[in-house]
Amino acid sequence: MSQTTPSITGDDTEEAFAKSAGRQLLVFACGAVVIIAVLMWGLQVLASMVGSSTIAAQAVDLETNSITIAIAEEPPQLNSTVTTDASSGIILGHVMEGLLRMSMDDKLEPAIAERWEVTPTHATFWLRKNAKWSDGKPITAHDFIFAWQTALAPDVASQYAFLLFHIKNGRAINQGELPVSALGVLAPDDFTLVVSLERPVAFFDKMVNFVTFLPVREDFYTATEGKFGAEADQLLYSGPFVITSWVHGSSLLLERNPYYWDQQRVGLDKINIAYITSDATATLNFFKDNRIAYTKLQAENLDDALEKRWHIYREQDGTVFFLEFNHRQDRVTKNIHLRKAMQLVMDMDELVYKVTKLPGYIPGKSLFPNWLMGVEDYLRKEYPAPALVLDIDKAKQHLELAKQQLGLDEIPEIIMLTGDNPVSNIQSEWTQAVLKKHLGLTIRIDKQIFKQRLAKMTAGEFDLVLAGWGPDYNDPLTFGDLFASYNLNNRGRYNSPEMDRLIEEAQNSVIAAERMAAFGAIQQLAFDDVVLLPMYERGVTYVVHPQLKNLKRRIIGAEIDFTNAYLVPDKS
Amino acid sequence: MGRYALKRIFQGIITVWFIATATFFAMHAVPGDPLSGDKALTERIRANLEVKYGLDKPLMVQYGIYLKSIVQGDFGISFTQENRQVNDIIKEHFPVSATLGILAIVFAGIGGVLWGALTALYRNRLPDTIIMFLVILGISVPSFVVAALGQLSLVNLNGWTGVSILPIGGWGTVWHMIVPSMVLGLSTMAYLTRLMRSSMLEIVSADFVRTAKAKGVPPTQIFTRHQLRNAILPVITVLGPAIAGITTGGFVVEIIFAIPGLGRYFVQAVQQLDYTVIMGTTVFYGAFLVFMVILVDIIYGFIDPRVRLE
Repeated sequence: MSQTTPSITGDDTEEAFAKSAGRQLLVFACGAVVIIAVLMWGLQVLASMVGSSTIAAQAVDLETNSITIAIAEEPPQLNSTVTTDASSGIILGHVMEGLLRMSMDDKLEPAIAERWEVTPTHATFWLRKNAKWSDGKPITAHDFIFAWQTALAPDVASQYAFLLFHIKNGRAINQGELPVSALGVLAPDDFTLVVSLERPVAFFDKMVNFVTFLPVREDFYTATEGKFGAEADQLLYSGPFVITSWVHGSSLLLERNPYYWDQQRVGLDKINIAYITSDATATLNFFKDNRIAYTKLQAENLDDALEKRWHIYREQDGTVFFLEFNHRQDRVTKNIHLRKAMQLVMDMDELVYKVTKLPGYIPGKSLFPNWLMGVEDYLRKEYPAPALVLDIDKAKQHLELAKQQLGLDEIPEIIMLTGDNPVSNIQSEWTQAVLKKHLGLTIRIDKQIFKQRLAKMTAGEFDLVLAGWGPDYNDPLTFGDLFASYNLNNRGRYNSPEMDRLIEEAQNSVIAAERMAAFGAIQQLAFDDVVLLPMYERGVTYVVHPQLKNLKRRIIGAEIDFTNAYLVPDKS
Repeated sequence: MGRYALKRIFQGIITVWFIATATFFAMHAVPGDPLSGDKALTERIRANLEVKYGLDKPLMVQYGIYLKSIVQGDFGISFTQENRQVNDIIKEHFPVSATLGILAIVFAGIGGVLWGALTALYRNRLPDTIIMFLVILGISVPSFVVAALGQLSLVNLNGWTGVSILPIGGWGTVWHMIVPSMVLGLSTMAYLTRLMRSSMLEIVSADFVRTAKAKGVPPTQIFTRHQLRNAILPVITVLGPAIAGITTGGFVVEIIFAIPGLGRYFVQAVQQLDYTVIMGTTVFYGAFLVFMVILVDIIYGFIDPRVRLE
């Protein structure tokens, strides 16, 4: 008993020490909470001074007639003469208007130009007199001429300058051979614009709603001293909305443009772009939390959206994805029989319906996606894609022929260049497995991020590449001329006089039936010569706030258009 | 002391120069360049762009020009955000990252010390076991998972209660900062908790603590003056690099919570091979990191006189 007593007292002191120390720790913790509170209050004051505050609005607000949305990337700048990216396209689609625009049912309709006419030699646009810039001055033909000359100027180095090559002297100006003033555009008066064409361009009117054709006023452009489109106040607006605030990396606020001529089609007073994040899950969370009124869904979020029983919209986004071959002399893929063998074993229905299983996606059958218009109906209705009958035995015969012609016992390892995203991962692994299983080919997947993949494509360091092509304007030629021998985007260097001849025919004719026949022949040639293997046409899925109506997704131009959208009261 | 500080600063400058040089050559060695895009460029336009950005000159000349402009504090114009100075990008977005970072470090520092002390007090008992388990989780779960989970729980919380308790993203008020900064500070907090715990345990059995106990010093005083104060020293040492790490490592948190910080520009620039922004942000962050380490070393010299001898 007496022996154990000291140890009990020892424990007691330990216990007592721990207790009082614990109490002390609690005091410190309370102090810490106070310190943090004070610090946060200080930060709040500081933050309000910096002023890059997110407007904590609801997804839709009937009172102010406004919506809040998120975008994936900040627009690099909003200079329409040089812009190339999708984010800028969305914003410019709301704040700018060009000569013509697409209606809600995808028909060309008058915008700044009230009527127009295209002949084999000229395109003439008659501008409406009540169209005004956001500073109240009229929009004139000179503003278009200035914009086009700027986009073509060699020192501006616009990537989309090639769209203006249809205008007389456009190419020569861009090459620095002629001054910009030599451009074949005239303004007989302030409201008439006469364009001389380099050669007959049947679809010139369909091109002018592209961003590069938007007007820019010279005096304003000059006054910005090279910062045109870099900030909200460095831009002059011709469209339904104006940007009233642009906090880089954080938010943009679009408000109704009081000077816009066609007020009645604008349904919203404000579009608040409050969040900029490329994370699809985060964007979906914003939608769930009723912070944004619209969001695209990525493959990984579909189940989540289905579970919530939201109405999911699905559409095509216009892009065709395909397996492109390297046709250079030193590559095995230049052999037609090897390409044919691959064509005969790859079942794109399986890829789309059983492997990727993404809504809105459809199997690739042709170089031309199925939304393109022909003479009267869809091009693909008038000229159906060549039917492919899968045949493994025939494929093996072609493979043997290929080996003979190449003088090889075995086809060496084939390098397949791909991008690094979930869909192309599945796609490339499927391709690898199918070619191994049916033809015994060994495919090495070379996965690269965007810029590195481009560099390798341009340098020709691949046998196969998973590539995609989106339209620049609403005419089959935007896909049709892709494999012209001179086209720099023809990264596999496919070179066929027959293809070039057909493309020339489609370019130079103004008779729709003739042109569509040429596209039909291009489609057939691309199939027969296995220039590429179309894999799928990409789909897009999205969700919209139930009170927001009448928004429009577009294949060409701004991918999402809220101009005609309006709000309805909550039914519940 | 002055000489020591000068020496450290000189070493710092050498380090920054080395970072700048290594980044410059590594960046140019990567295939691809900032000018390439979806649509192929004609040779003429490419040549014009190269002249515009000075990419037509030999690499060593570019390096010389670039070093000169760094010394002048000018990082040039961004390739992707045309018309925007890299200096402006840093100036506008670093304060956001810094605010987030400071708050995160405050959470991490205070939390780490308190939890660490608590676990040491209750060593091998239930609170210790629970907290140490959470600490292991905090250290090993990557920040993008924690960030996504944090945001999702907020969404569910707001959905449940039917009111918006805290915003789930965006920037501007302190309410926007709370969750992101906690997420950002979490792994550092976990690390500091462990550090504090072991440091406390070491000191509990130190001679001066026993002496103090023998002298009959009140327990609160022993705990605060003798134990906490001494145990906190190693924590301060790692705080410097931790501050830099947190302020610069927040890009995942910034993207998920849609925060306009510098981190996302840093990462985007690498993906898009935006040479000027890569260089600007790397050199800036590098200098910042080096500066924080030096600063902590100097401060440490004041707290612990033994360091000055070195």
